[in-house]
Amino acid sequence: MGKLIGWIDDRFPLMKMWNEHLAEYYAPKNFNFWYFFGSLALLVLVIQIISGIFLVMHYKPDAELAFASVEYIMRDVPYGWLIRYIHSTGATAFFVVVYLHMLRGLMYGSYKKPRELIWLFGMFIYLALMAEAFMGYLLPWGQMSYWGAQVIISLFGAIPVIGDDLTLWIRGDFVISDATLNRFFSLHVIALPLVLIFLVVAHILALHEVGSNNPDGVDIKKNKDENGIPLDGIPFHPYYTVKDIVGVVVFLFFFATVMFFFPDGGGYLLEHANFVASDPLKTPEHIAPVWYFTPFYAILRAVPDKLLGVGAMGAAIVLLFFMPWIDRCKVRSIRYRSNIYKINLAVFIVSFVVLGWLAMQHVTATITLLSQVFSLLYFGFFVVLFITSKNEETKPVPDRVTT
Amino acid sequence: MSTDVVDQGKRRFLTAATSVVGAVGAGFVAVPFVASWMPSERAKNAGAPVEADISKLEEGRMMIVEWQSKPVWIVRRSQQTLDNLPKLDENLRDPASENTDQQPGYAQNAERSRKPEILVLIGICTHLGCSPTYRPDIAPADLGDDWLGGFFCPCHSSRFDMAGRVYTGVPAPTNLVVPPHYYLTDTTILVGEDGGAA
Repeated sequence: MGKLIGWIDDRFPLMKMWNEHLAEYYAPKNFNFWYFFGSLALLVLVIQIISGIFLVMHYKPDAELAFASVEYIMRDVPYGWLIRYIHSTGATAFFVVVYLHMLRGLMYGSYKKPRELIWLFGMFIYLALMAEAFMGYLLPWGQMSYWGAQVIISLFGAIPVIGDDLTLWIRGDFVISDATLNRFFSLHVIALPLVLIFLVVAHILALHEVGSNNPDGVDIKKNKDENGIPLDGIPFHPYYTVKDIVGVVVFLFFFATVMFFFPDGGGYLLEHANFVASDPLKTPEHIAPVWYFTPFYAILRAVPDKLLGVGAMGAAIVLLFFMPWIDRCKVRSIRYRSNIYKINLAVFIVSFVVLGWLAMQHVTATITLLSQVFSLLYFGFFVVLFITSKNEETKPVPDRVTT
Repeated sequence: MSTDVVDQGKRRFLTAATSVVGAVGAGFVAVPFVASWMPSERAKNAGAPVEADISKLEEGRMMIVEWQSKPVWIVRRSQQTLDNLPKLDENLRDPASENTDQQPGYAQNAERSRKPEILVLIGICTHLGCSPTYRPDIAPADLGDDWLGGFFCPCHSSRFDMAGRVYTGVPAPTNLVVPPHYYLTDTTILVGEDGGAA
């Protein structure tokens, strides 16, 4: 065995990579619950790629055949229903773990210097993931697929001057049609997965270059032993690989529960209207995106102006990219930050969740008013953060990590 | 000939020139790929005009025909409905249909139609492309007491009156589009052509 590895190592940096990224990658020893979600996101990516490969073997990307081929997968293909539910549950699971992973970054200031690029790569992953999910949702060619895509593509029509030509170019036809379905299929199964994998590699390489942050937000590289190993660091393998396996088991327990018992999530994961084949002449009575897009959709609905509404929705996402520069406080972890920051972040999380709920409700005057209030609170987070973080009253940060 | 003196200026120039030529070449290569996303010739030819027979359309009712894969609504409006139209003017963004992109010249009038009672509209909301719902009922519970009939978009609650004119304070920016159309006979409409009278 040792001989074989030696033979490979003379030709390929196998052990070097193993050591750099696992056996001799020293991560802070005080990782807590919140640190499960990075590796879980990687797991879900693998689940989606494998289940996706098998779905493509039976699916037909053709406006005439698409809806029926999905029904064929559900009814006739052996275990086709299981593979499809793995994929659809995986989409929801992806956003659950990514949102929790992002929240971890916000709580512990993981986007701050020197980790700005990790955050940016992560935000691009989030963006690519939203595109991937949106295009994947068109493929079943049901009513929600069709009208959801119609609404999202029309968003680009709000751009002055080029808007109309741009939507025409994206659709490849005057309405959503076979041409649109075909190109979304191509992007969903080839282009975006490649982009995602590239971004994930960049995200991890950038992380391993500067080292992981931790719940105390202290720099473990400041205190090293005589061998240059951080005193508060432990090798990722075997310590965190084993810890993450526990996370995986718990995660798969929830995953399997949803997949086997609530695959449509009461209409929130697979919307009921999508079990009806697409009809270009009739919009469903109640149209809402899948849950992971709803907070942004609520912001869109809150603004009674087409261009401003689309702009506000875009800004809600774009602002997150700039977190490393909006937050000017030097202290990373929420543990040592002021109450203003804690309240501000809490209000932000509540607004995000409430906006998500509001977007699923039928529009009434009250719902619109609430959407406007919570949209303001959402944007208020960034404003308050920018103003208060410069001279924030922080607690003293310890020299070493606490346990 | 001395070979160990490097002419840095020349090297920079050649590097820059090579990069620029390469970038231009890459730009040219991108053209066919970007252009391949535009509607195909087949898609462009698919928008042929369609005939609609309105002889069986009763007053107050709406029928839908498909033109260029879009829903086209045809509504026979009552005299009462037509009388109500001017009452709404102050609640509308463009009551006089001054935005000429939204209708042909022959429909730029108070009823937005060729024949006052027959309304022809593309049933696609000018906000984000949903198809609004026909709501001819007066003052229903969900739309409020001042609703005089019209079209309500379930996606983002844009409101339009019985001539497809958009209300103020809703996300849709413009009136619903009146497609080109003309009457072949008293009871047949051809949707998709102006019949010469633009």
